[in-house]
Amino acid sequence: MLLISLRKWSAVTVIAFSLSLLLMSPMVVSAQVSGEQILKEQCSSCHQLVGPAPATLKELWERKGPDLFYAGNKYKQDWLLAWLQQPKRIRSAGMFYGNHIEVSDDGDVIKKDTLTAHPSLAADQALAVTDALIKLKPNSDLIVAGEYKPGKISVTMGELRFDKFRGCMACHEIEPGYGGLSGPEVYTAAKRLQEDYMMSFMRNPQAWDPKSFMPNMHLKEGDLEKFVHYFRVLSEKDF
Amino acid sequence: MATFLEKNLKRSGLVHLMFLLIAIMFSASLLAAEKAEDNYKTYCWQCHGMSGIGNGINVRDMSVQPRDHTDGKEMSSRSDDELFEAIKEGGQAVSKSVLMPHWDGVFSDEEIHSLVKYLRELCQCQHGNS
Repeated sequence: MLLISLRKWSAVTVIAFSLSLLLMSPMVVSAQVSGEQILKEQCSSCHQLVGPAPATLKELWERKGPDLFYAGNKYKQDWLLAWLQQPKRIRSAGMFYGNHIEVSDDGDVIKKDTLTAHPSLAADQALAVTDALIKLKPNSDLIVAGEYKPGKISVTMGELRFDKFRGCMACHEIEPGYGGLSGPEVYTAAKRLQEDYMMSFMRNPQAWDPKSFMPNMHLKEGDLEKFVHYFRVLSEKDF
Repeated sequence: MATFLEKNLKRSGLVHLMFLLIAIMFSASLLAAEKAEDNYKTYCWQCHGMSGIGNGINVRDMSVQPRDHTDGKEMSSRSDDELFEAIKEGGQAVSKSVLMPHWDGVFSDEEIHSLVKYLRELCQCQHGNS
């Protein structure tokens, strides 16, 4: 009698254990969701994961975040991993500034309440997404790998070139609170972006993004490298 | 047999023609010129402002303030050719500020001509006559 009862209980225990495993399995699966899946489910409403870049102004205006379909050509892996866990605004006036400004007595101003913060990811998700993003390299033909050769420039000389000679500061901040607001801040550019990408993008922004509001500045080849030196110096400063 | 082949060739010819037409329509839409007002909003607002009076979001730290496009007196002192050149080749091409960049990589000549017309609407002026 006792034996039968024990058998019965052990069967019940096995069934209960199996059921609990079944119930837990979705949690286990969710922790192992691939970066590609997270991108598709959580990022694709604001970011283009497939090219091409906008070919019309209408498409440009609708863009809520930067295109990610060539993220592996553009971003530094360690920066992506850290930023996705602690995102911080890079473009003061949003992706298309025209959607986030209004007229005021003091000139046009940014409508801050229209800007939304980027969600932050847990460490494991950030790692999976970074791994997936870094594989996206459809624009490798636009990049000359190893083109950038590290060199030095003083902050003063860099600023002179960037601001006075080329006028780039009109649209970019070179330190927090100083410079233009429609373009991305450049004092973090070297932390975020691969050096060879910066050379290629500055040489011809429209090759990457035909409707970009960064114009082709017709920079001399020597300027390109010196600007990247300058961004690297800026990125080492503790603003 | 010959008739069957001819029919098929004709049909495939039609299919090719249809594809060609669709391709032409598609490429035409890609290359279509944008409206001057839309180009102005996208590329000029950032410095010249939503009202065109030179007070866009970028002006805070500029050493030279952008042109007020509604200023009939200033704008009428510039010919259409000069305005075209300033947009296409940048401020320095017309002895003005380096802060106004070249826009030739973004706009076609046709689009720049439309922008010049749009500027004339903003200033309500013509060259030599404000």
